[in-house]
Amino acid sequence: MRILRTAAIAAAATSVLALAACAADDEAPDPTDEATTASSPATGATDGATAGEAAGTVTVVTHDSFFVDDALLADLEAESGLTVEFVAPGDAGILVNQLVLTKDAPLGDVVYGVDNTFATRATEAGVFAAYSPTASAAGDAAAYAIPGAEDLLTAVDFSDVCLNYDLAAFPDGAPALADLTDPAFAGQVSVTNPATSSPGLAFMLATVAEFGEDGWAGWWEDMRANDVRVTASWSDTYYTDFSAPNYGGDYPIVLSYASSPPYEVADGEPATAAMLDTCFRQVEYAGVLEGAANPEGAQAVVEWMLSDAFQAALPENMYVYPVSSSVEVPAEWAEFAPLADDPATLDPATIDAHRDAWIDAWTAAVLD
Amino acid sequence: MNPAPASARLWWALAALPLAFLGLFFLWPVGSVLARGLAEGGDLGGALAVLARPRTMRALGTTVALALAGTAGSLALGVPAAWALSRFSWRFSRGVRALVTVPFVLPTIVVAAAFSALFARSGLLGSWGLDQSPVAIVLALVFFNVSVVVRIVGGAWEALSPRLADAARTLGASRARAFWRVTMPALRPAIVSAAAVVMLFCSTSFALVLVLGGSRVRTIETEIYLQVNQFLDLRAAAVLAVVQVAFVGVALAVSARAGRGRAPVAVGGARGPRGLERVGVAAALAPTLLLMALPLAALVERSLRTADGHGFDHYAALFAQPARGVLPVPVWQAAVNSVVTALVATALAAAVGLVTAQLVAARTRRATALEGVAMLPLGVSSVVVGLGLLLTLNRSVLGVDLRASWWLVPIAQAVVALPLMLRVLLPAARAIDPRLRAAAATLGASPWRVWWNVDARLLRSAAAGALVFAFAISLGEFGATVFVARPDRPTLPTAIARLLSRPGIENVGMAFAAAVLLALITGGVMLLSDRLRTRVGAEL
Repeated sequence: MRILRTAAIAAAATSVLALAACAADDEAPDPTDEATTASSPATGATDGATAGEAAGTVTVVTHDSFFVDDALLADLEAESGLTVEFVAPGDAGILVNQLVLTKDAPLGDVVYGVDNTFATRATEAGVFAAYSPTASAAGDAAAYAIPGAEDLLTAVDFSDVCLNYDLAAFPDGAPALADLTDPAFAGQVSVTNPATSSPGLAFMLATVAEFGEDGWAGWWEDMRANDVRVTASWSDTYYTDFSAPNYGGDYPIVLSYASSPPYEVADGEPATAAMLDTCFRQVEYAGVLEGAANPEGAQAVVEWMLSDAFQAALPENMYVYPVSSSVEVPAEWAEFAPLADDPATLDPATIDAHRDAWIDAWTAAVLD
Repeated sequence: MNPAPASARLWWALAALPLAFLGLFFLWPVGSVLARGLAEGGDLGGALAVLARPRTMRALGTTVALALAGTAGSLALGVPAAWALSRFSWRFSRGVRALVTVPFVLPTIVVAAAFSALFARSGLLGSWGLDQSPVAIVLALVFFNVSVVVRIVGGAWEALSPRLADAARTLGASRARAFWRVTMPALRPAIVSAAAVVMLFCSTSFALVLVLGGSRVRTIETEIYLQVNQFLDLRAAAVLAVVQVAFVGVALAVSARAGRGRAPVAVGGARGPRGLERVGVAAALAPTLLLMALPLAALVERSLRTADGHGFDHYAALFAQPARGVLPVPVWQAAVNSVVTALVATALAAAVGLVTAQLVAARTRRATALEGVAMLPLGVSSVVVGLGLLLTLNRSVLGVDLRASWWLVPIAQAVVALPLMLRVLLPAARAIDPRLRAAAATLGASPWRVWWNVDARLLRSAAAGALVFAFAISLGEFGATVFVARPDRPTLPTAIARLLSRPGIENVGMAFAAAVLLALITGGVMLLSDRLRTRVGAEL
């Protein structure tokens, strides 16, 4: 108790000392500002100075896989007069919860990277302000809109989460999803835990869509009997377990993305392929945050993300497919990363209503 | 202990610095998460219900079991290694000492990957059947924490005059008796101190448990992560975080009780091992070196593996702009970022840590409380700390806007480094015989002069060691850094995490090469500091 009491005293004693130090710190030149980075230099120092202007600074909240090249960002800044800052307080799986928890003091003006497995939790918590973009790709984006939240979230890109397989292990083609419970495939499949990994969650949803609400848990029980391997994160399953020549693991079938195979091509020959009947389509959205300090800037960022230049760079920058139908994907993607013809999808509201219970059911079926 | 009012005022005036620092950057953020979580739902019954869940009880049991096993293992390997490395010096002893410290700063995700590869079906140790087992987690915990024991216990052992044991032996005690009756009691405070740190580390270990346990092994820390990030159940997370705080309290109380006693300080001379001692040194170091060699070798092998055999391609890539959209800067730039932030973090931790060590060296009640507060960052989930930082510093605080500020990174690292620094400093600070101060005061020295001539001089070696330790910790810090690091200015550990999130052998190879680079920087700094420390020590 003593510790707690002291904690309370100390917390109350936000002393002048530390704050003075911080104030001085804030004005000090940033030691790494000279580095060529994705953000404009010295944003910290100009923060206060430009706050009064119409354009000013806009803060984009993303997950830590976000990447944009300098040229694209420079285009936006030159055209709009905005200074763009990025904050990425964690991985994709935790972004929505961070937004919900910080709703009263938003982390920034606009968010990118909310996906359809979690979107409804954020839209229902009132995290987003309404905005409908006018960019030419807005029509394409609308095809991925979340029912009931069409004006809150704008689809930017998508990817298919699918099992990938080692071509050398299955020269005659991959087995079907339903057949993986066959003893012939015992100890051959590595997936990630839906509670700790966002592709894991997507794949669990794919099985729900495929086998129905009554059948999917049974399929997982059979998989457990068939020694399915579960890891905590995508990199464990892909980099440690995958038997593809580059990694030399023990499992010829692993959970990854439809966009992964191009990165395993050696001398023009693919070494892996996606099993296109096992895919769940994961869509990523951008949205203006409610309570944004710079809503106009936030809207400009959403428009920019639908621009042809941004959309065309998505495969290279973030390993995802653009929503825009007017841009081309890279040639190696067209060749080695075909999309699923009929990916599994579920209504985001249904996902939101059942997600926690499904994860518990999955845990009971596979781990406990 | 009944200090005069004037000295009490001075104590509180000095205590304002660590309290303000920890208050603003740790207690307030964590407190706000706890307050919000516990207020959610409102009633105490709900909070108690979380505690009573079988799931929570199981996680608590697993946490305690893993922490005890990890601590026991680290002591079993670390104490003999500390003896061999602090009592003797031979040709490679400095190198070995630096090597032993390296694992501590390696990013857990990379080490966990190296361990998984060893235990995989076709791995070198695949036949042991330890894949995704608690034993694999314990081995990895020991791998990381042996260095803590070697650092803390070794430091105390170095400062212990061998003449005491020699005197006991002259008086007829056997070697074993001299060790148990003279050396061990003198080392006890350091051993207990190290055990407390390792215990807290093991209990909050996150990535290691998650990856090596294949997400099957659940601890309080992984439960907090799930409750916050998956289920958005802040109340459950807050209850679990309170359990963690209680755990810290118990660990500290036990360590305070068991760690009482004062080791006589002198600078013990290390010498070359003679005769049978050589066998003893080899036997003392062998288990530690073996445990380190395997995963480190696996790590290096991985960093050299290319699409067509082995080569230095990934190391060359560290100096180029990554071809695909993975990192905004080359890895070497991330390494520079890491070194710069770690230097700033070390300076911050030093300022706060040296003051705190002085304040808590004498064991008064307020000192014990302050020590407890300063140790909390070791035992509280980084998920909670990170979330707290988002909730509290995500607006301007009294006119200062730290949002997206570069300064949050070294600050977060300093908060993490502080308790460890204290653990290295405190045994040395407490070992100072108060009679020395009394003598100086009697001779007319002012309090300031007493501090300068007695404390500062005797603590110099330990302080240098603590600073280097803080630097190394900041360099490898990931858990708190990841919440506040700006995406355009990655540190080496956050760059590694990003590289591991994209497919392709270039990315995974570069991640492992970057981890080797981090190990080399750390090892180099340790080697350099050992040299400096010997020189500083020689002056005493």
